[in-house]
Amino acid sequence: MEQEQIPTGMLLQKAVKIRTDILEMVAEAKSGHPGGSLSAVEILVSLFFYKMRHDPKLPDWPDRDRFVLSKGHAAPVLFATLAESGYFPVSELKTLRKLNSRLQGHPDFRVPGVEFPGGSLGIGLSAAIGMALAAKLDKNDYRVYALLGDGEMDEGETWEAAMAASKFKLDNLTAIVDRNGIQQDGLTEQIMPIEPLGYKWKAFNWHVLEVDGFDLRQVIEALEKAENMRNRPTVIIAHTVKGKGVSFMEWDPAYHGKAPDKDTVRKLVEHMRLE
Amino acid sequence: MLVQMSSMRDAYAQALLDLGSKDFRIVVLGADTSVSIKTSLFADRYPDRFFNVGIAEANMIGIAAGLALAGKIPFVSTYSAFVPGKCLDQIRNAIAYPNLDVKIVSSHGGLTVGPDGASHQTVEDVAAMRAIPRMHVVVPADANSTIALISHSLMLSGPFYFRLSRANVTEIYTPTDEIRVGTANILKEGSDVTIIATGVMVNEALEAGRLLSREGVSAEIIDSHTLKPLDSETILKSARKTGAIVTAEEQTIIGGLGSAVSETVCESYPVPVSKVGIRDTFGESGEHKELLVKYGLTPQEIVKASKKLVGSR
Repeated sequence: MEQEQIPTGMLLQKAVKIRTDILEMVAEAKSGHPGGSLSAVEILVSLFFYKMRHDPKLPDWPDRDRFVLSKGHAAPVLFATLAESGYFPVSELKTLRKLNSRLQGHPDFRVPGVEFPGGSLGIGLSAAIGMALAAKLDKNDYRVYALLGDGEMDEGETWEAAMAASKFKLDNLTAIVDRNGIQQDGLTEQIMPIEPLGYKWKAFNWHVLEVDGFDLRQVIEALEKAENMRNRPTVIIAHTVKGKGVSFMEWDPAYHGKAPDKDTVRKLVEHMRLE
Repeated sequence: MLVQMSSMRDAYAQALLDLGSKDFRIVVLGADTSVSIKTSLFADRYPDRFFNVGIAEANMIGIAAGLALAGKIPFVSTYSAFVPGKCLDQIRNAIAYPNLDVKIVSSHGGLTVGPDGASHQTVEDVAAMRAIPRMHVVVPADANSTIALISHSLMLSGPFYFRLSRANVTEIYTPTDEIRVGTANILKEGSDVTIIATGVMVNEALEAGRLLSREGVSAEIIDSHTLKPLDSETILKSARKTGAIVTAEEQTIIGGLGSAVSETVCESYPVPVSKVGIRDTFGESGEHKELLVKYGLTPQEIVKASKKLVGSR
């Protein structure tokens, strides 16, 4: 019955709006990381517009759920989602990466709603563990979500953290891996193979779920399952496509950190709105 | 005269127990060295507030950042060879950049770890920490100042790097002395030369002062336990009085106390500064005192440097 309550229509609309925000902001900035932002849109939409307990008017609410963007280069998707949630004006998105803007190239605490200054890869899961431990100490029931990149699986600290989270039985922690298959230099399986990824997390005593990261229902159901798991942290491996939604960006490693020009984006956005 | 030797680690453990009994926000993290560093005493008393992350220093710093973001005051401790040695990036990006209230208290700094050798000795930790924006850097000289400075740091926000020594040291302060982060302590007034020391070198500086006074040289001795923010007011005042400075530190002179003092006097009141410290080299195995002699970290070296400055006037 619960499935019936998921407002997929509204969530899909948000996803389209956030995709267009991302393209417009990186085109305006003339730099940034569109590929890994576009792959994570449905994940953030599921969290911020459905699953998470948060209030954009009270970014410091002690009982809020926390979202840690460990793959901080996906700042555009985080900023767009925060703006569309009401943390700050959507019009501010066009200041991304510009001097004196709050919207830095990688997220930091200038921006309300940012929980951790991700960017240097490998640290976010550790920080999320710290927040989850604090919740347990304070007997607070907030949950902590960490979005990791698949390239980030190369970092040793990710696995230090994976060991620690199961040692501390952090069932209030959910990690989500944006498995878009591409890192800066190329395909993950060529640069540094990380498969079998699910087995790796399983071997670290995590509860492992795999979903289509663009299927809102699958993502949300996995988030619910994670919440019901006791004594173990959950990782959701979300299978995605880098550059999702823009045909020429999909599966092209060049768009890890390159912005399309404004004219192209204008046409793309027009096309997306019509769809 | 009664000479009391004391352990900074014991003092740190005591400080944690005292502070932890009053402030429940305090949590302690260890990386498989907690028995050696004595934070295990805190773990025994407050098991819920102690987290042993195993031999995983980078993860420990990241977890501390998360705890701080959720309102805790984490004390993070292991050997200084590993924190900051193995996790400069995590300290920089997860703690200093967001200006979090995390106290890194590393022990076994400098050469005085002794026989373990160069892999476990640190010459560069203080310089590396000084270079990170927002980081406070404190190197106490004895047990009482360790307790006082750590207690005071709780009243200040932002990241701290405390570097403790494994070596037992002669106690300089009493428990009631006023020792505060950011305020250098003048241990002896003098007029011919200023000797500014930090950490275990403060005792060596005091001894140098005694040797110098026998030769008619009046040395002012300053404990600059806080390297950042440096107490430039006290240092410049002394520079104006004596016109010559010798610094003494148990770390590389590149980027440490000598550098900090030079940066200050160069800009405001240039006087000659002579640096006693480690000369761009790694250490080696040996007993604590043997190493200090071999690497020139002795009262005699401080005396030599002082006399040279005084004599050249």
